[in-house]
Amino acid sequence: MSARGFNAVGVWSIYRTEMARMVRTVWQSIATPVITTALYFIVFGGAIGSRMQHVGGVGYGAFIVPGLVMLSLLTQSISNASIAIYFPKFTRTVFEILSAPISPGEAVLAYVGAAATKSIILALIILVTATFFVHLEIQHPLWMIAFLVLTAVAFALFGFIIGIWAENFEQLAIVPSLVITPLTFLGGAFYSIDMLPQPWRTVSLFNPVVYLVSGFRWSFYGLGDVGVEKSLIFTILFIGLCLGLLVWIFRTGYRLKP
Amino acid sequence: MPIISLKGLAKTYRTGHVALQPTDLDIEKGEIFALLGPNGAGKTTLISIVCGTVTASGGEALVDGHDIRRDYRAARSMIGLVPQEISLDIFMTVWNSVRLSRGLFGRAADPAYLEQLLRDLSLWDKRDAKVIELSGGMKRRVMIAKALSHEPDILFLDEPTAGVDVSLRRDMWALVRKLRDKGTTIILTTHYIEEAEEMADRVGVIDKGRLMLVERTEDLMHKLGKRQLTLSLPSPLEAVPAALADWPLELADGGNRLVYSFDSHAEDNGMPALLKRLDELGIGFSDLDTSRSSLEDIFVGLVEQQA
Repeated sequence: MSARGFNAVGVWSIYRTEMARMVRTVWQSIATPVITTALYFIVFGGAIGSRMQHVGGVGYGAFIVPGLVMLSLLTQSISNASIAIYFPKFTRTVFEILSAPISPGEAVLAYVGAAATKSIILALIILVTATFFVHLEIQHPLWMIAFLVLTAVAFALFGFIIGIWAENFEQLAIVPSLVITPLTFLGGAFYSIDMLPQPWRTVSLFNPVVYLVSGFRWSFYGLGDVGVEKSLIFTILFIGLCLGLLVWIFRTGYRLKP
Repeated sequence: MPIISLKGLAKTYRTGHVALQPTDLDIEKGEIFALLGPNGAGKTTLISIVCGTVTASGGEALVDGHDIRRDYRAARSMIGLVPQEISLDIFMTVWNSVRLSRGLFGRAADPAYLEQLLRDLSLWDKRDAKVIELSGGMKRRVMIAKALSHEPDILFLDEPTAGVDVSLRRDMWALVRKLRDKGTTIILTTHYIEEAEEMADRVGVIDKGRLMLVERTEDLMHKLGKRQLTLSLPSPLEAVPAALADWPLELADGGNRLVYSFDSHAEDNGMPALLKRLDELGIGFSDLDTSRSSLEDIFVGLVEQQA
């Protein structure tokens, strides 16, 4: 390895180890979200959805698919990435990363890359699961993949920050459960925000998740609550914000390096 | 050029605790250097800064000429670190754990080298075992294997024998000697004076964040390594007999004990002659005990010297 190169072997080693962890815990990693999603389909798609009108020309069961995928993608990206860095901190094995010739950027690439890969695989599994319940059409498959990847990366970055910030398991759980879950439920996963009365419709426009779900749904059915370009810009802005925070974290050594 | 060069290296933690006062130190390539000091003296802080897990608040450190901040890749590539505490991902197998460590340092896979390393550390049979299944001693061996997985030029051992059983201690010293023969520089911290004496070429004594002195081990032991012979007397003496004036003797415990202090490294420590003379004088003893100066004694001696 050159003195000032890119430690590709190091990045790959972390990535591979993180992915191996997914295989090791394959049941928690895959079965649980798949079962949860199937339950959503049965309750919202089957039981309630059969009594619901079509939303924007799409059957309710199919309408909620993009929202459900996003729900899992968000929560899994955050939890994968936050645990990936919190656990080494907790067991103190993080010393090995800090003392290795690996740049902060490389470490983020490896951990966030692995966390995002896992949640994307999961999202695709959920999509396949959904086809057993509803008829799916995807109008803009490339955009769908783009939103999938960008959202996974954005929230894996966010999760990575939470993992560095958290000093105990309670803190690790508090942001996902107190902030992310409400935002995703109110983010239009199960409804179009047109269905909301004012002022909630306007309030919803301040919910970042609305833009993600909307953009993702647009890639399926060509319809969204907000314009697709807004969704895209928002996602990229969020990634930029997280990267900025991470730069600050590594400059100051915040909660990693005394 | 020294392989490690510290210039004014200092650390004050955010709490205001001064863990390391501005420290200058050069360590030569291929030497075994012991940092000797009590708990909380700043030993771990010093090596943590050089290894990259703690940020210095002042001064600089060069590893083979590479600044640990500006040129951290080159500096860290040369270093292997065995921290004091066992910290391992307990769900990984020994093999994967060691392989990951090598990869982190950007080294291409080398199964033959890793196999030899695990064999040297008696870990080869356990290569497919998860770390959680291993005993404490085995886990420590894994820590060492991980530190050596990328063939470092410099090995840091932080309290390598704290809580370690005899066989591992023996293996560890054998390994350290083998590494030294290969030209590896070894820096260890310890609060056992015997350990520093047995292993190190040079010793740095550190206390309260201050590196008090750095000397060749034999010089330091010569200067500070006092031993005492204590004889329990069957009947108390009023005073040290004049016939024993050649030896620096003291009476203790109300004349029930005779204490002889001597230099443990002198060629003739005077002990046989003293015992012979006691026999001639008809002074018997019921018990005999020798002790060597402890780390505390050395610190007391140093503080007195420097005062």
